[in-house]
Amino acid sequence: MSISTSTTPAGSRRAWRSGVRWAPYVFLAPFVTLFLVFLVAPIVTALYTSFFSVERSGLGFGNANESVFVGFDNYVRAFSHTGFITSFGRVLLFGIVQVPVMLTLAIALALLFDSATVRWKRFFQLSVFIPYAVPAVVATLLWGFLYQPRVSPIVELLQSIGVSVDFLAPGTVLWAIANVSIWSVTGVNMIIIFAALQTVQRDVYEAARIDGASELRMALQIKLPMVLPAVFLTTLFSIIGTLQLFNEPMTLRSVTSNVTGDYTPNMAVFSATTLGGNLNLGSAMAIILGLVTFALSIIVSVASNRRKGAAA
Amino acid sequence: MSHTTTSTSRPAGHLSGARGARLRQARPKVHPQGERPSRRARLLGWIFMIAVGLYFLAPVYWLIVASTKSTGDLFSTPGFLFAEFNLWQNLVELSQRENGIFWRWMFNSLIYSGLGSVLMTFISVISGYALAMYRFRGRNVVLAAVIGSMLVPQTVLAQPTYTLLVNIGLNNTMLGVLLPSLVYPFGVMLGYIYAQSSVPQELLEAARMDGASEWRAFFSIALKLLSPGAVTILLFAFIGSWNNFMLPLLVLNDTRLQPVTVGLSGWSQAAITVPGLQTLVIVGALVSIIPIVIVFVSLQRYWRAGLAAGGLKL
Repeated sequence: MSISTSTTPAGSRRAWRSGVRWAPYVFLAPFVTLFLVFLVAPIVTALYTSFFSVERSGLGFGNANESVFVGFDNYVRAFSHTGFITSFGRVLLFGIVQVPVMLTLAIALALLFDSATVRWKRFFQLSVFIPYAVPAVVATLLWGFLYQPRVSPIVELLQSIGVSVDFLAPGTVLWAIANVSIWSVTGVNMIIIFAALQTVQRDVYEAARIDGASELRMALQIKLPMVLPAVFLTTLFSIIGTLQLFNEPMTLRSVTSNVTGDYTPNMAVFSATTLGGNLNLGSAMAIILGLVTFALSIIVSVASNRRKGAAA
Repeated sequence: MSHTTTSTSRPAGHLSGARGARLRQARPKVHPQGERPSRRARLLGWIFMIAVGLYFLAPVYWLIVASTKSTGDLFSTPGFLFAEFNLWQNLVELSQRENGIFWRWMFNSLIYSGLGSVLMTFISVISGYALAMYRFRGRNVVLAAVIGSMLVPQTVLAQPTYTLLVNIGLNNTMLGVLLPSLVYPFGVMLGYIYAQSSVPQELLEAARMDGASEWRAFFSIALKLLSPGAVTILLFAFIGSWNNFMLPLLVLNDTRLQPVTVGLSGWSQAAITVPGLQTLVIVGALVSIIPIVIVFVSLQRYWRAGLAAGGLKL
């Protein structure tokens, strides 16, 4: 595909060749600049900040604060920060339940939409996808009302059949958050898997159908394996999303006090950065969270590649 | 072309399969004969779909109903039933609260997400195009950086970005929220995939032979071919930045600079002590999602138009 080897009249060649040489750099310049300033530089800044600590020097004269190099002190403090560590366990529990439930629902819906079983496909697809257009904060505000006993028609309905639930109790609030995120993101995952299903050549199914395979068996044994790459992609994004959990629990704090300030790792980073006023500790926490996310993404990618290799 | 096509399906095949599928083929709606499920299967399908439809739509329906109620009715009338129609008063109150700050928030969101996602899309498309169509020194480095940074989500970057913005004095400014959100590696990846699959190298060379500059070849030829892909990127970029919450929360102290999501969640917090604010949170939430739904539905139409116009033969 090398451009310089292509055949062109010799005269115009020189003129466009210099253009060809520079064009990609010019085209990439905005992205690379922004990438360096707002992706690389922040990480470097955070890394740098995480190795320092602000200490008050002298006897309070002139308010002189000094940055002192403290090595891994902030990391040690982050790891001994009970709230921060507990929050990892919490999102792990959240992910173990939310990711499989959401993906199963998304896969089931995608397979249903791809089969002839369902009518009004466009309407139902749109209704599953619409919540994705509702920002997480607004979705949480909305569900927040549906969880509050004083306003919620759902609590009301349940009470009328003799079930009393408190969606916002300490033990259940995590699942109340999981519900909001399932509501929000099932649609987009369904669309991704559905789109993958659509690219499969139809005649693959014919043979199976002639062999008398049922619709369900075809869905699970033929269609699903063919879209595994898309399923892995959605799994990867869901796991990353889980570790980053912030918008929903943070917003739900306005409705319940059962969501603490360091409920998720990201919220712990946030509160260390703002309320705690310790930018250095917050930076160390952000770096740890970034590393954990990165490591987990790599593990999932490797696992998915291995599966793909085994399947091929 | 054939070379480009085969090389596309390797490195990021599943990505292009997933996101690009809609663009590639408009499948006939009619199912092949024989794919006719049993009556029981269809009945079960219907029950499942109705349950699913209820789950996904009921909250939205509730939001619409609740927006039309006065604060008193909100607490005293059945949630899923309409009461006295109070929507206009609610809207007036929403517009007047704190000198119409709600509309200022909407305007801010439009800047952050509207302008932001358009810029994001342009940068993604032109970068993806450069990566797909040219072989140049440093290409692999940029590609690796793009793929690697897709695994670093915005929220992890929020805190470091805030630290940086404080250092360079851009905290509590609109630029401080807008600029960082323009880095969108996932968009660049999509732009790369779309460029590979929809801009034939031969076309580019033909344009060069006709004496078109690289710049011109991109703007008058490639951009047209890339527009269906660009719309997809725009949709993801828009929703992504509309969802951006942590960074504005960290960066902006001034309530007048906040996007609508941050503003509404602030009101929601204040509603604990300020009665009547709850109704405004509800109406505000409804008003705030209307533009996204409009963008979404209209982009979907554009997509379908792009599909019908086709031209993408792989």
